[in-house]
Amino acid sequence: MMNEPASVGIAFWILSAAVLISGFMVVTLKNIFHCAIFLIFCLAAVAGIYILLHAEFLAAAQVLIYVGAVAILMVFAIMLTSNLASSKIVQANQNSLVAFFACLVFLIGVYGLILGNKVWRWTAEALPADNIMTIGKLLMTRFVLPFEVVSVLLLAAMIGAIVLARGERA
Amino acid sequence: MQYYLILAAILFTIGLFGVITRRNTIGILMSLELMFNAVNINFVTFNKFLAADGLTGQMFAIFIIVIAAAEATVGLAIVLLIYRNWRGIKADHYSVMKW
Repeated sequence: MMNEPASVGIAFWILSAAVLISGFMVVTLKNIFHCAIFLIFCLAAVAGIYILLHAEFLAAAQVLIYVGAVAILMVFAIMLTSNLASSKIVQANQNSLVAFFACLVFLIGVYGLILGNKVWRWTAEALPADNIMTIGKLLMTRFVLPFEVVSVLLLAAMIGAIVLARGERA
Repeated sequence: MQYYLILAAILFTIGLFGVITRRNTIGILMSLELMFNAVNINFVTFNKFLAADGLTGQMFAIFIIVIAAAEATVGLAIVLLIYRNWRGIKADHYSVMKW
């Protein structure tokens, strides 16, 4: 944390601890419903990280879309498949140990790549101050084609989900 | 900053672990969401500290959020359909593609 106030550093450590602890809970807890609750915590803390990175619009979108929609969708799906949510069912399969070591190797590799890097030049270049206005302008000018494509994709996903979930009665 | 990248790497690894070890398909989808979030943190970090021009990284993160929402919608619909047909959503049970 160079040239930033100390409060940003403290907030970063608290938020990243929240992200990592609740993320760990998501993948290890036995009760799938508790996992969904911790997923909501984790996503909200990631929104806090976005605010620290001066991405205010992204933080708002994260809260609206992830915490408001995706996590609630997960909770609904868990409730609809209700008899599987009890904590008596084993949630992990047999390859936990192998997976743990594979992930550890992967993490050490990425860690070495990040710390051993000499190519990136870190700049403290200021982002545009009016974040939301810039994003809106970019969406309507440079990124207008991906914007339209992604809206068609969302429509297709919505219709596809409805068709799939209706099933036989269609 | 390296701190943000390391945070994203650890979060990605946690999600990877979840995807490999979860037996419940909804658990796999939740771990996937963790991995998406790790990637998004990376994009926003690079946007802030290696800013090429403006807010390109944040735009990418926004599109990733939208696509993750679409993925979760279709994935959960498929999960519900499988649950209706098989009465269970353990990932190692439905290895058949045809019956």
